[in-house]
Amino acid sequence: MASPILMPALSPTMEEGTLARWVKKEGDVVKPGEVIAEIETDKATMEMEAVEEGVLGRILVTEGTDHVAVNTPIAVLLEEGEDASAADGLDLGPKAGPASKVEKNVPAQTPAPQAPASTSTTDLVEPEWGETAEITVREALRDAMAAEMRRDEDVFLLGEEVAQYQGAYKVSQGLLDEFGEKRVMDMPITEHGFTGMAVGAALSGVKPIVEFMTMNFSLQAVDHIINSAAKTRYMSGGQMSCPIVFRGPNGAAARVGAQHSQCFGSWYAHIPGLKVVAPWSAADAKGLLRAAIRDPNPVVVLENEILYGRKFPCPVDEDFILPIGKAKIEREGKDVTLVAFSIMVGVALEAAELLAEQGIEAEVINLRTLRPLDTETIIRSVKKTSRIVSVEEGWPVAGIGSEICTVAVEQAFDWLDAPPARVCGLDIPLPYAANLEKLALPKPEWIVEAVRKQFGD
Amino acid sequence: MGSMTDAPSRQNGPALSQEEMERAYREMLLVRRFEEKAGQLYGMGLIGGFCHLYIGQEAVVAGIGLAMKKGDRSITSYRDHGQMLVAGMTARGVMAELTGRSGGYSHGKGGSMHMFSKEQEFYGGHGIVGAQVAIGTGLALTSAYKKDGAVSIVYFGEGASNQGQVYESFNLAALHRLPCLYVIENNRYGMGTSIERSSASKDLSKNAAPWGIPSRKVDGMDVAAVYQAAREAMEHCRSGKGPFLLEMETYRYRGHSMSDPAKYRQRSEVDEMRRTRDPIEALKAEMIKHGIDESFFKAVEQDVKATVKDAAEFAETSPEPDASELWTDVLVGE
Repeated sequence: MASPILMPALSPTMEEGTLARWVKKEGDVVKPGEVIAEIETDKATMEMEAVEEGVLGRILVTEGTDHVAVNTPIAVLLEEGEDASAADGLDLGPKAGPASKVEKNVPAQTPAPQAPASTSTTDLVEPEWGETAEITVREALRDAMAAEMRRDEDVFLLGEEVAQYQGAYKVSQGLLDEFGEKRVMDMPITEHGFTGMAVGAALSGVKPIVEFMTMNFSLQAVDHIINSAAKTRYMSGGQMSCPIVFRGPNGAAARVGAQHSQCFGSWYAHIPGLKVVAPWSAADAKGLLRAAIRDPNPVVVLENEILYGRKFPCPVDEDFILPIGKAKIEREGKDVTLVAFSIMVGVALEAAELLAEQGIEAEVINLRTLRPLDTETIIRSVKKTSRIVSVEEGWPVAGIGSEICTVAVEQAFDWLDAPPARVCGLDIPLPYAANLEKLALPKPEWIVEAVRKQFGD
Repeated sequence: MGSMTDAPSRQNGPALSQEEMERAYREMLLVRRFEEKAGQLYGMGLIGGFCHLYIGQEAVVAGIGLAMKKGDRSITSYRDHGQMLVAGMTARGVMAELTGRSGGYSHGKGGSMHMFSKEQEFYGGHGIVGAQVAIGTGLALTSAYKKDGAVSIVYFGEGASNQGQVYESFNLAALHRLPCLYVIENNRYGMGTSIERSSASKDLSKNAAPWGIPSRKVDGMDVAAVYQAAREAMEHCRSGKGPFLLEMETYRYRGHSMSDPAKYRQRSEVDEMRRTRDPIEALKAEMIKHGIDESFFKAVEQDVKATVKDAAEFAETSPEPDASELWTDVLVGE
């Protein structure tokens, strides 16, 4: 049966082109894959191949014609033995594009699609866990991994120096002895490779915990964290899941210079498909890491080297766990809301003490989770205090503080008595010199100053 | 172990059985006709974005497919339609993903380069060159961890073979003796750059030698040679000896993607390959020598044509995904 040959689209953006040259003449036999014409797009001259076998019956668009729209019939293909007149009955008007073939699901004018309402974080109830004991953040993290590895055979730890060395920062101390080298795997210094490998393992049925010696080195593997781990569930239409934890110390340590001192909170919180937690206390560390390991999604756990050795009370209940996505009010107050995460929670609490001496009662929110952000807790607090200051160690531009201030303006504008303010690390690579490093990172006095400004001082 | 880089001689092993030849022929023809149709639908604007056709390389997936066992996993690059069809994914589901419709494997949210099938143990479809090599090594880590006896087939091109993570993966797989079959599909061109102009290593089958990974260079246009090499390599992997590397010397007839101006190679080179080295024609000639009748080829041609036509119709009429699909599958449990 005679069929029209249509002007093809030869690139993702092509809408029309020039029919530069006919390589085949009327009456020529063509086979699939044979070049029949040359088409000029805005980018290149490209060869057009025949798709079906047949005879080039009639040329409808002569060579040299410009602005030939995609899907315009340019020739007629006859079956072998068919007469050129077989083309006479064909509809050779311009063919409609694919749009006509199905009912479009997008109306012509449409408002931006709204995300479905997320479940209220007030439903995430934190039970009373009872008795506590003082432990370090380091011990809390180790205990969390050990508890989850005992609970689930599919959970294992891999990273540089996690096994025989017992962890570059001693976080994995004792795990090799208890679980053996199958489940506590030392990795060569190849973050890109072993992170990709861990993602593949997670996609196919096990639950790796990837320790980065510091989160700075996760940059070597960032493609796998974002493109491979975070997006595969979506790109597979929900078939694949990637239960994996990426953890390690984040932010400034002490005088290790710019490449080893930066906060990745904003980087990873930006990515749909990831969850991001940033514990401060030992209880945060234990509860959130256990939740991260159990979560069926990729979770980034941003720890802090300086906090590793600090002691905090932590519930001793062996079932203790915290919900991801729920912030904690560490100190109640009525005059201003301070929002912080990780090591800055302690700094914010110190600032709250100083403010209290000046008669200002600050409420301190420990975010615990950066994605999904517990905006409910933030907004509830702002509606009470009418002032908000975010505190983070990371850089100001497009930081977590930018997000928090935006949320406050968007959702509590009418309650605000002062513009939201950010306290951040200085917008520079972190210097080495002891005095300069100290000058570059937020301290309680900066927060006090930001709050006083909101009171018009 | 040591390197075994000699091309395997066909005389040393059994040729394909009649059943295997018939299966290989059917699968290769399905891939060929499917891709021709995909090219046509692209030209009509029904398929958008990037679309990388497999035409010319069919013997690689068909031969390896014959050697695979149930439960074996596979993963590849963005040139993935052939792997998916041979893995047992339906032509309908793949084509509808190409057209971005709800009937596609990813409900239209993945496209040509991002398709997966849990059921067929196919792990993508990856758009980042070389990423699948590290991820694929992880599929094999799962096998080692769970002792499930599966082999993971990790396909990548000669272009990807220059990526650093490929060598990081070789090191990890060799260290942990992972059941991983690496398959370099050397089709001579990484986009428009020929291997001579991109790789100082001229014999890619030797690229894993420093890690003690045995390897073989294979005529990737000969499905029987591919099958034989893959079978031996997979036995090696399955028996706990660790990874294996096969370099398939193959050729793609079409451009890198649909928008390839084809200025980096002579048309005569493509024509010559098609005329003298076509894997489907070669197998057909072999089958005719074995007395397989013309009626078989006619029947398969008709059958395949019907499957592809049905897939195209399904892909054109399956509705676009509902707007609510925007928000689903971002996270598990939401």
